[in-house]
Amino acid sequence: MEQDKVFPSGEIKQIKGSCLVLKGDDIDTDRIIPARFLKCVSFKDLGDQVFADDRIEMKGSHPFDINKGSSILIVNCNFGCGSSREHAPQALMRWGIRAIIGQSFAEIFFGNCLALGIPCATSEKKTIQEIQQEITKSPTAKFNLEIQKLVFESPNKSWNLSMENGQREMLLSGRWDVTSQLIDKENKVQSIKKNLPYLTNFKE
Amino acid sequence: MDKLHGGSTQLFIGLHLIHEVTSPQAFAALKDKGLKVLSPERTFATVDHIVPTTNQNRPFADPLAEEMLSTLENNCSSHGIKLYGLGSGKQGIVHVIAPELGLTQPGMTVACGDSHTSTHGAFGAIAFGIGTSQVRDVLASQSLAMNKLKVRRIWVTGQLSEGVYAKDLILHIIRTIGVKGGVGYAYEFAGPAIEALSMEERMTICNMAIEGGARCGYVNPDNKTFAYLNGRLHAPKGKEWDKAISWWKKLKTNTEAIFDDEMIFNGTEISPTVTWGITPGQGIAINEAIPCPEDLDPADKPIAQEAYKYMNIDPGTYLTGLPIDVCFIGSCTNGRLSDLQAAAEIAKGNHVAKGIKAFVVPGSEQVAKEAKRIGLDKIFKTAGFEWREPGCSMCLAMNPDRLEGSQISASSSNRNFKGRQGSATGRTLLMSPAMVAAAAIKGEVTDVREMLLQKENTISN
Ligand code: SF4
Repeated sequence: MEQDKVFPSGEIKQIKGSCLVLKGDDIDTDRIIPARFLKCVSFKDLGDQVFADDRIEMKGSHPFDINKGSSILIVNCNFGCGSSREHAPQALMRWGIRAIIGQSFAEIFFGNCLALGIPCATSEKKTIQEIQQEITKSPTAKFNLEIQKLVFESPNKSWNLSMENGQREMLLSGRWDVTSQLIDKENKVQSIKKNLPYLTNFKE
Repeated sequence: MDKLHGGSTQLFIGLHLIHEVTSPQAFAALKDKGLKVLSPERTFATVDHIVPTTNQNRPFADPLAEEMLSTLENNCSSHGIKLYGLGSGKQGIVHVIAPELGLTQPGMTVACGDSHTSTHGAFGAIAFGIGTSQVRDVLASQSLAMNKLKVRRIWVTGQLSEGVYAKDLILHIIRTIGVKGGVGYAYEFAGPAIEALSMEERMTICNMAIEGGARCGYVNPDNKTFAYLNGRLHAPKGKEWDKAISWWKKLKTNTEAIFDDEMIFNGTEISPTVTWGITPGQGIAINEAIPCPEDLDPADKPIAQEAYKYMNIDPGTYLTGLPIDVCFIGSCTNGRLSDLQAAAEIAKGNHVAKGIKAFVVPGSEQVAKEAKRIGLDKIFKTAGFEWREPGCSMCLAMNPDRLEGSQISASSSNRNFKGRQGSATGRTLLMSPAMVAAAAIKGEVTDVREMLLQKENTISN
């Protein structure tokens, strides 16, 4: 059995841990998890396969090999673009990532992360670069991401981040898992089905 | 439908399409939570990503692929979901079959666990790709949590010239706006050049809206849309058809609508467009040189540097004359009948250059059947192309079709990401199906307009 309990659950207020810097814009989901690993009916082995091709190419010097045990990932622009595969955030999560901070995220990727309880916070280029430098200086330091205040703290500095209020609320209240909210509205769904022209053979 | 906690909106989904790659985990999650499929009658399945395109006999040679398909079959049968499986005559790439079967209709909300769901926007549907958790949500509740999108109208004037296709237009748009330019937006494609496009061409445009970062793309429904749908399997019939048309006609964007953003392109000025790099935004007109770092926006430089290195292509040089190894015609972008026709027109009377592996993969069993009926398979085979069974094939590496080593492919698909076509060092040049066929004949990247011109001359001489 998988140990799902280590995964995010309930209210998410704070992520603490060491960080991993992955530089570069437009890192797509094909790179996060190459398509050949999509041939699976369960997500459970994906953690080992995250960034598989980049890691092979870099022969052990890839950040995901050097910084095992990190829980906060720092990226640049448009992270997670490309395919909608949830395998990408799943692979990151199963490797151990619990939060991502970057300049911007691809939309579907962002939504997939939220659905798994992985906060994606943003900040402008300068701040991200500063954070990246700080981590490179002290790679083993523990950092802290506060969702309520949206601050990211190193032992000696702190930076402000952004996230849409709604999304922050969802994380803080533990309602990032929207399935139950959606199911609660079953009656409404049924009544829409009775009224939408294309579902009622256009009877009006 | 309703505001949800956190500010997103609950959106009813009128059509849910599923396939073997992103659904098994969603069904497993349903089971874990003890949930049922709320609207199996609004859910349709097919198998496309993992199917081999040479030998489709079961069990597949690849046990993982076999497991994925049998999992899908079991999930569909136990939840009462219609599966258009192999050999049903209706199987194919999910974004090819749903329009073909008349499932996709104007005004629908369409979701599928696949980013190229934007394709269905060609019918004036709101269609977007979703992740597996959302597939679970749609199965359980026939609805989704969505944030409101901004709308950018992309107005295309003029008309596409001979030898320039919908693929060139969308590659040109993405190259101009950038792969991130569409984030937060839905794209409305409109204007004379868009209205002049066939439904299949509109699908190509909407298909790649996602490559420009947009969540979805759409074209307002018009008489072409209705004509395409008329008589299709799931399209309304008889009296219902007339009522459907009057409802669909009301869906058009209001003429006074105000858009969050507007952009104008001139279709007449667009040339065949080819990507040289590792994102769909790294494209150039065929007669243009590969950009030099100093000509680029500083933000685009690092990825360009990465691309020169990965592609082994020098800035300032031209793509024409670049030798290629593999030519792939197919995918949900360009695997429909008109795509194969455009490629066949080039292939006819010519032969694939020596040492080139060229193959054609119809987007669906129906496309294959129709292509055979009009003899396209013969034209291709005579010209030295392989004719395959329908599937996603070499668009991505989840089936036996893949690049080897650092092979370079001319491909009618939609993504040129590193490793996309199955080899970690494999290289992809995206272009229109006619351009791929031309490359196959010449053995190198070439301007299809020259071949078309030559053909015309031989005919008139
Ligand atoms: S053809 Fe390619 S892009 Fe389209 S659904 Fe298949 S794998 Fe995805």
